This record gives sequence, structure tokens and C-alpha cells, in this order.
Amino acid sequence: MEYFTLFISAVVVNNFVLTRFLGLCIFFGVSKNLNASVGMGMAVTSVMTLSSMLAWLVYHFILAPFGLTFLTTVVFVLLIASFVQLLEIIIKKQAPALYNMWGIYLLLIATNCIVLSVPLLNAESNYNFLKSIVFAIGSGAGFALAIILMASLREKLRLADVPKPLEGLGIAFILAGMLALSFLGFSGMIAL
Amino acid sequence: MKELWNIYKKGIIDENPIFVLALSLCPALAVTSTALNAMTMGLTVLFVITANNTVVSITRKVVNPKVRVPVYITSIATIVTLVQLLLQAYAPTLYKALGIYLALVVVFAIILARAEVFAAKNKVIPSFFDGLGMGSGFLVAMLSIGIIRELFGMGSIFGIKVLGAWYNPALIMILPAGGFILIGYMVGGVKVWNAYREKVRVKRGEA
Repeated sequence: MEYFTLFISAVVVNNFVLTRFLGLCIFFGVSKNLNASVGMGMAVTSVMTLSSMLAWLVYHFILAPFGLTFLTTVVFVLLIASFVQLLEIIIKKQAPALYNMWGIYLLLIATNCIVLSVPLLNAESNYNFLKSIVFAIGSGAGFALAIILMASLREKLRLADVPKPLEGLGIAFILAGMLALSFLGFSGMIAL
Repeated sequence: MKELWNIYKKGIIDENPIFVLALSLCPALAVTSTALNAMTMGLTVLFVITANNTVVSITRKVVNPKVRVPVYITSIATIVTLVQLLLQAYAPTLYKALGIYLALVVVFAIILARAEVFAAKNKVIPSFFDGLGMGSGFLVAMLSIGIIRELFGMGSIFGIKVLGAWYNPALIMILPAGGFILIGYMVGGVKVWNAYREKVRVKRGEA
């Protein structure tokens, strides 16, 4: 039950994009296109889950025992960036079809706040291994949900008559505001 | 001298990191619910970007281009950790308020972008001023968003009550949704203003 609550809270109540403002660069950059958004959502979820597993191991077996927690930021950034590079090389070699679909997103994810923030939050809240995985999957699912909703809305928006200065980024922000407003309805659903 | 001033100036207006380049948006929304938090974040980024530009520029001839990105990231992460430890020691309440976003300064696109685009190709002094200008532009944008949100959301600026008791705070402004909507309109506003300046320039025959 505890795990289920954690998952739901990461997906809707504390949605990473709409209430924590993480991953906004890719959120606004990629959501112009629905197919790309689906790909991005899946790529972020899988990279986030794998990298937070890795980061958990490094944090609890290397950083914490040796009293090096002040190096967390530096270590996590380098860990994730190199892990994503490695993942890219492996996928390119082993599954070229997958690489053609996702390869471009992997590079964008390498140094991104949303992927870095999950391991940092895990370390901060002292989650156990299983909890960190649940939290990472939930956060990824929340990101995917937000970006797919946004992309569907923006595809509709293409036919709308938008005031000229607000075209592009301006209206996208306002739209995200409306989405955030509706996600506000979930707050208070789970007390954490 | 004039040249350095121009390098400094372009970061504030023509290439404002938030409103024009639309980079590093996460902090622009996350920590601007009060003016004080916005200012701290702005100053942190100003410091990190200037320091990193200087470091990258000094080491530009030693670093092999193939490994430049990891080197930049390490340098940024080190500087950010420095700021984290300083704030934790001397301003614990601010450190708490900024929370995870402080650590996330490491992955701000604007810092890496300035290192790659400017500092890696230029001498130390211009790089320093470029960092200062971009950082100031970031600070100005953060401050203006923070002041507007705090004024409308709580009726105060920097924690000092400005609007009297008659004012009924619009809570939405300090909530995430208000931040998104405000930035949307501000991006539109900056666009209108830039278009107007362009028009004036064309009229004068400068373009």
C-alpha cells in the first residue's frame, strides 16, 4: 500500500513537470509532436529508472560509508551522463531499430534536470532500494503523462487562432498553466 | 572597453537567457514564488556562470576537444557544490527553500551553452564579461518574475507588505499554475517589445 501511495503521488499529486517544474526544456521542446512525445516519455522513464538504481547503489555503498555525501551532486551528474552514453553505445550496437527511434532523445536526456533530480530526491528522502525504483517509475510515468497530454493539446492548438505575440512559446506556457491548474485538483488526495 | 560593455549588455536584453533564448526555465518557475528566493537563485547562477566561464577560458588550450563536455560538467558541478556548502553554512533557511533546485544548477543549459559557445573560444576577460552579462540577464528575469508573483500572490515584496489589508491575495500567482501563465504572458510581452524596437530601428534606417 505504501508503495502504491508513493507511485500515485509521484504520477499525479507531485507531478514532476506540472508541480515541480522539472524537465521543462524537453517538455516544451518535444511536445510539438505527439509521436515524439510518446518516445520521449518512454525514454525518460527507462533511463530514470535505470540511473536511479545505479545511483542508489553508488550512494549507499560508496558515498555514504566513506562520508563523501558532499560529493553527491558531482558524482551523480557524471554517473548519469556516462551511463546514458554507455546505454547509447549498447543500444546502437544491439538494437539498431530501437536506436533509430530513441537515439536522438537519449542525447537530450544525458544532462537533464529531471533525470538528475530523481536520484537526488531518493538520496535526500533516504528511500530503500525498492522504494527508489517505484519512485523513479512513478516520476517517469508522470512525466510521460504530462508530455503526452501537452502534445495532444498542442496538436489541436495548431488550428486555433492565437494572438500573434503569444504564438509558439507564449501560448505553450499558458496551456501548461491550465494543465497545472487541473492537476491541482489532485493535491490533498494523498497526505505525504 | 566599449567591446566589453557590448558583450555584457547583450546577455541582459538581446539574448536574455529566459525570455529570448528560453533556456533554464525550470528554476524560473520553481523558485520564483517569492522575490528573495528568486534573487538568491539569480545570484547563484550569476556566480556559477561567471566562474565557470573563467575556468573554461583559462583551460581552453589544455583541454582536449574530445573530452570537453565532461570537463565542463565537472567544473560546473564543483562550483555548484561550493555554493551549496556555503549557503548551507551561512544561510540555512535559504538553502532549505531552494532545496533540490540548487543542486540542479549543474544541468542548466545556459551555463553549459555559454562555456561551449563563448568561453571555449575567447580570452579570459571577454569570457568573464560574457558570464557576467548572461548571469545578470538571468538575475533580472528571475527578479522581475519573483517580484510580480510575490506582489500579486501575497501583497508583499521581499517579505515587506506593500499592498494594504484591502488587497485580497490572488493565491494562484504563487501556485505553479500562476507561474506558468505569467511567464507565458511575459514571453509574449518581450516579443512585442523587441518587435517594436526593431520597427523603430527600421524607421531610422539603421537596419
